[in-house]
Amino acid sequence: MSNHLDLKKGLDIPVKGVAAREVAKTVKPGTIAVKPTDFKGFLPRLLVKEGDRVLAGSPVMADKQNPRILVTSPVSGTVSGIVRGEKRKLLAVLVQADAGQTYADFGTKVPADADAVKDLLLKTGLWNALIQRPYGIQADPDLKPKAIFVSTFSTAPLAADTEFTLGDRLADIQAGVNALGKLTDGGVHLAVNKAVYSSSPFHKVENVIAHEVSGKHPAGNVGVQISHIAPIQKGETVWTMPVLMVAALGHVINTGKLDLTRKVAVTGPVATHPAYVVALPGTPVKEITDIPADARVIGGDVLTGENLGADGCLGFFQDQVTLLHEGTEREWFGWAKPFRPKVHSSSWCYFSWLTPGKKYDMDTNLHGGPRAFVETKCFEDVTPMDIFPIYLIKACLAGDIEKMEKFGIYEVLPEDLALCDYVDPSKNDIQAIIQKGIDLMIKEMA
Amino acid sequence: MADEKKPGLFEEGGKLYWLHSTIDAFDTFLRVPGTVTAKGAHVRDGIDLKRVMIMVVIALVPAALFGMYNVGLQTSLTYGLDWNFWHMFWYGLLRMLPLFVVSYVVGLVIEFGSSQIRGEEVNEGYLVTGFLIPLIVPVDVPLWMLALAVAFSVIFVKEVFGGTGMNIWNPALVARAFLFFSYPSSMSGSSVWVSKTWVSALKDVDAVSAATPLAIAHDGGVSALTSQYSFMDMFYGFIPGSTGETSVIAILIGALILVWTGVASWKIMVSSIAGGLLVGWLGQIGGATDLPCYYQLVMGGFLFGSVFMATDPVTAAQTETGKWIYGFLVGALAVVVRLWNPGYMEGMMLAILFMNTMAPLIDHCVVTAHVNRRAKKVKTA
Repeated sequence: MSNHLDLKKGLDIPVKGVAAREVAKTVKPGTIAVKPTDFKGFLPRLLVKEGDRVLAGSPVMADKQNPRILVTSPVSGTVSGIVRGEKRKLLAVLVQADAGQTYADFGTKVPADADAVKDLLLKTGLWNALIQRPYGIQADPDLKPKAIFVSTFSTAPLAADTEFTLGDRLADIQAGVNALGKLTDGGVHLAVNKAVYSSSPFHKVENVIAHEVSGKHPAGNVGVQISHIAPIQKGETVWTMPVLMVAALGHVINTGKLDLTRKVAVTGPVATHPAYVVALPGTPVKEITDIPADARVIGGDVLTGENLGADGCLGFFQDQVTLLHEGTEREWFGWAKPFRPKVHSSSWCYFSWLTPGKKYDMDTNLHGGPRAFVETKCFEDVTPMDIFPIYLIKACLAGDIEKMEKFGIYEVLPEDLALCDYVDPSKNDIQAIIQKGIDLMIKEMA
Repeated sequence: MADEKKPGLFEEGGKLYWLHSTIDAFDTFLRVPGTVTAKGAHVRDGIDLKRVMIMVVIALVPAALFGMYNVGLQTSLTYGLDWNFWHMFWYGLLRMLPLFVVSYVVGLVIEFGSSQIRGEEVNEGYLVTGFLIPLIVPVDVPLWMLALAVAFSVIFVKEVFGGTGMNIWNPALVARAFLFFSYPSSMSGSSVWVSKTWVSALKDVDAVSAATPLAIAHDGGVSALTSQYSFMDMFYGFIPGSTGETSVIAILIGALILVWTGVASWKIMVSSIAGGLLVGWLGQIGGATDLPCYYQLVMGGFLFGSVFMATDPVTAAQTETGKWIYGFLVGALAVVVRLWNPGYMEGMMLAILFMNTMAPLIDHCVVTAHVNRRAKKVKTA
């Protein structure tokens, strides 16, 4: 018996370059980067030095505030370098992988209670995969969340098809979900894509509160699902975990080995061969795909992804690489042309509505200059949550804690309002504004 | 490339960098900027404010074109000139052209200057304001008055608040209100609505009284009105009045464009008309007027205001529920002023300006109610 959640608002951005459902290649691990910057709120203290041997699953860094929280190496090998940035900020630990992988043994005993689960998560470094809301920060091991939410699908543009990437790992997901269920009294809520519910392997997962969710993006966002299923109020916490990480957790329980290998969707209009590539987090993007000159390499999707750069490495959470053309060309009379067939607009001021199925060669051009907010309804149309986006955004700009609370700052992360970035005719960076508001909340409410 | 060696004339560090707002404005008017996304979403929608604003201007074109023809028509009728359609249209076009030129030149000079001072890009809002103002004033308004009103409105209603997007009142309406209160003799009465300035140069004419339907109905009721103008005259727009406001058909074409493109809120338009009809009907059964309530919609600036002025996304209510309330009160108040005000028969301008003032309060109530409801819902859940 599952619950239904049908969302009307939202927008699927029609960008070209969906990954074909085939594995194009498997990247043999070479030099892998372990990046503390993948984890929000993690202050790294190094546990290894150059030349040290590590196993897949051995700790590489610990959190300065909470030393129990570890970041572990996804491969076995030798620490070959420590990369630091400005003010000696630790950016990455490089591990030269061995030819054959050896794994740290975490045992195959099914964790019996909450403490055992926590212990396992902390030891394997998978604690970092738990995200705490409000604020989207590192989960606090001393808290008991109201509930845990897992979304088994993503509606983000060109996102990896979880049915293809994880459909064969049902046993791992089940073991992971069973373990997570011990951490909360509220149960594990599992959102399944309604459109493919009966064919989806995820509806077979047991011991969960299942929800069939339908709608355009951001219906697959766990934040949007939470806001409809169990809105977060002041003082409450919920945890979320990406389904990819639930599978990794289950894999540890089933086999005793930490294996973060994943199918990465290589997507985007300038990707030469959009398909899936099997790789570990920390793999240089160059090894995953050919990168055309002047392409922007995004770890993740076009709305919320991280600009990795051509020399960047895949992040801990990322199972998608999107390649976009940098849109620095200037179009004559762009805004004044009656027809602009190459540019998509969700607004009916252009004629994109005439070609609803068309996919676009999108680039990174801003298509305008930054202005004060003028339109208001466009944000509401793409935000399927019970909030007033424009008021929340303005409260964040004003740094007004009380109003941010009232207008729903506890329920959102920047990713939930990412579409506002896209549709805004005034070209404001809404996600950055929301993140600033969240950072202020963390600082003031601590 | 030259710009790698040293900054160009208008680039940062260049000699004329201080003019960059102005240069950017012309540059981005011609070509979409080559800026790429730095933060947030990596791809963006093709829409920008230039496109939004030009949509409003396009929606105004039918009303403007008809208005030009009607300027000629009214002059021709009033002074017994034997003009054909093109005479009338050309006369109206040539009469209106100086108004547009003055409105745009004065407004844009101030807009550019303010953007220079703020160091920001020039905003597109004035594209619409500059087009609206000539359409809502009598065609014979002296150009210096118009220039003064535009300057007042752009400086004190828009720029001091920080430019487009920050203003509280609709700048075009404030320009009209400025004229109305400063120079009432050029803005009201029965002799200002038909263009005679140029005709009087050719022919010896006296100021001829050509009262608007509103004024006729105000003084003589429905019988006086229908003896002069039929309902369909008013619907088509063959009546004296401000240039843009007379033709219901032209305004409805504009409304269709605005609603279709989503630039203006249909909720405000519909609720404003509902408010006007309701009060008009109450006035009729209460004995304040013998006009059927639907006459309120075709007379004066009611429909033009509901479609083009009340819907300004900056000054209207921002919440969807708020838009219903705001629109309804605009329509209702406009007709209240028409029916229960002995001196001044057109209420639309002041109704919208008053509701512009009240819009934040409406939104505040809507948002507070929503916040409370949400809190309650969570508590009971």
